[in-house]
Amino acid sequence: MTSQTEQERREAGQGVAAAAIDLRGVEKTFYSKAETFSAVRSLDLAIQDGEFFSLLGPSGCGKTTTLRMIAGFEEPTAGEILLHGQNMVGVPPYKRDVNTVFQSYALFPHMTVAENVSFGLERKRVDKQEIRQRVGEMLEIVGLGERGDRRPQQLSGGQQQRVALARALVNRPRALLLDEPLAALDLKLRQAMQVELKRIQREVGITFVFVTHDQGEALTMSDRLVVMNGGLLEQVGTPHELYERPATRFVAGFLGTSNIMEGKVTGVDRGIAVIDAGADGRVLVPTDRSAVGDRIAVSVRPEKIVLSRDEPAADDERCAVTGTVAEMVYLGTSNTYEVRLNGGEMLTVLEQNHSTSESTAQRGDTVWLTWRPQHSLQLVDEPAAATEGGAADDAG
Amino acid sequence: MSRVHADDASRLAAGGFRRRFGRLTGYWLALPGGLWLAIFFVVPMIYLLSLSLMTGDFIHGFTQTFHFATYGHTISLYHDQFIRSIMYAVIVTVLTIVLAYPMAYWIAMRGGRNKSSYLLIILLPFFVSFVIRTLQWQFILADNGFVLGTLKNLHLVGSGFHLLATPVAVICGLTYNYLPFMVLPLYVSIERLDSRLMEAANDLYASKFQALLRVVFPLTVPGIFAGVLMTFVPVASDFVNAQLLGGAKTTMIGNVIYTLYLTNNDYAGASALSFTLMGVLLIGIFVYARALGTKDVMEAAAL
Repeated sequence: MTSQTEQERREAGQGVAAAAIDLRGVEKTFYSKAETFSAVRSLDLAIQDGEFFSLLGPSGCGKTTTLRMIAGFEEPTAGEILLHGQNMVGVPPYKRDVNTVFQSYALFPHMTVAENVSFGLERKRVDKQEIRQRVGEMLEIVGLGERGDRRPQQLSGGQQQRVALARALVNRPRALLLDEPLAALDLKLRQAMQVELKRIQREVGITFVFVTHDQGEALTMSDRLVVMNGGLLEQVGTPHELYERPATRFVAGFLGTSNIMEGKVTGVDRGIAVIDAGADGRVLVPTDRSAVGDRIAVSVRPEKIVLSRDEPAADDERCAVTGTVAEMVYLGTSNTYEVRLNGGEMLTVLEQNHSTSESTAQRGDTVWLTWRPQHSLQLVDEPAAATEGGAADDAG
Repeated sequence: MSRVHADDASRLAAGGFRRRFGRLTGYWLALPGGLWLAIFFVVPMIYLLSLSLMTGDFIHGFTQTFHFATYGHTISLYHDQFIRSIMYAVIVTVLTIVLAYPMAYWIAMRGGRNKSSYLLIILLPFFVSFVIRTLQWQFILADNGFVLGTLKNLHLVGSGFHLLATPVAVICGLTYNYLPFMVLPLYVSIERLDSRLMEAANDLYASKFQALLRVVFPLTVPGIFAGVLMTFVPVASDFVNAQLLGGAKTTMIGNVIYTLYLTNNDYAGASALSFTLMGVLLIGIFVYARALGTKDVMEAAAL
């Protein structure tokens, strides 16, 4: 299941699949009288068996359309969707071995909780005795063992959510598709359900494909995730990879906070480029594709920057810029500084409160910001370039 | 200080009045319709009830004698027409459900932005007088009209074949006339179904037909109930279709009441039959509602 074997398989064109879900060149265009809308554009994605995989992006990025194509509610305009090696295009949803947890739950209001949960097994003509047993077990797993004879509308939002989960999981699908299942819950319940979902996924060992627009949710829950924007894949990887090494400007901005600086490359030495970002000081970034004269964008996370009132030594190899503190916010465990560089750009710096003494600087103070060159990340604007570089690869 | 108190008191009083008036708002809104029904429905009903128990005739006048025997007498005389009416109403109601459900489903699900146009087309015949519409059916079904005439010329049916004055003609006319009353409530109940429920059913291995049977149909039972109420009751007491399209052997209870009242001037008999019909229909509807467990279903659909 390494990227190598998958590549081999692709080259050999074999039907045996390593991936649970494999999207190849999937496109979806919606046509209406007034306009055509490309919801998903040439998407390549391989989701591994047993993975908790998230589709993350702002609304309209194509994540829900992608999920609906895997479920079979939408047919792709082009491309293939393989489920354990079998092409699913043209196969109706009721013949696909995947189940969906809907955003609004879509529980059947005229049935009891137990009837809802047994619906799929009854359609599959599973033995009555076995249905009763599996429904009972599943209701226990989601903590609703006592509520089998209630109606969905008699339950709270969180309980309805669990019924929806049980109704899908009881069928033991090859993959569970979840369409923003936590969006309707309040914060506390949502956090509890995040932990709960992870526990259930570990327990049942089924591939989870999870659609969300909440980056925190995606980062904490996923084994791997994809960030989508405007129907295009921006980057695929583990939460750590995507947060620490965002490839595109969009990913850097969408996951957490990023300081983005732009400038011309004035020199390249042993794979490290020197950038003229219009600020006093020096900005360095590791690069493998830029030459002197190129205009590039660089991202630095606020927590990677060290703020100091002293100018670093001349032989210091770190990046260093100087500016004035425009705003300082005390957050208890940390301080956030907004520093205006002499070129006019604003950088955000996060400083942990290690000591009980006063913060390092106050508003109006002149400060120096330093960070290690490897914390500078070169970004690209076009996700297409990112796809070539990292997205097509599997998780490292 | 005291001034402030006085202000508070007046504000409180004003609020109290508003609250009290506000609580009555619902009743005020229902008042015009309520009065209308009281004057034009309840009063005549009481008058008819009293009339049904009178004896006498048109020339010597009627006197109140609490003559309950009129009920038994009219039922024993006209029970054939009575049973026929109920049978026709059952057949017509079933036919309208069979015809209207797919139509309403199609408009609600596939109508797109033309939904209201399709509904208008269904309602369009209503812009023509009820009697004229039924007379058109008389023309269509005539022994040598364009339907039967053509079929006879093609020797597909015998030259003696006829439809007019048969139960088929009456049932056809009734079904046609009352179809929209079934389509509209069904359309409303299907239209407001959450389309995700169908997707959920499909997702859980139910084919389109299974989803229709297990999810759509049970959730639209309130719509079916409303449609049955709006067709079964008026069809059972209809007299126009039987009069224009039927014959001596298709007379319905509506025709009997019409004749008794307006031709024979047997006011007591006509009133007694009317009340018997009303009682039977009410009992029938209650039994039907009980059988469906309407309260439960209404609750589910209200969600």
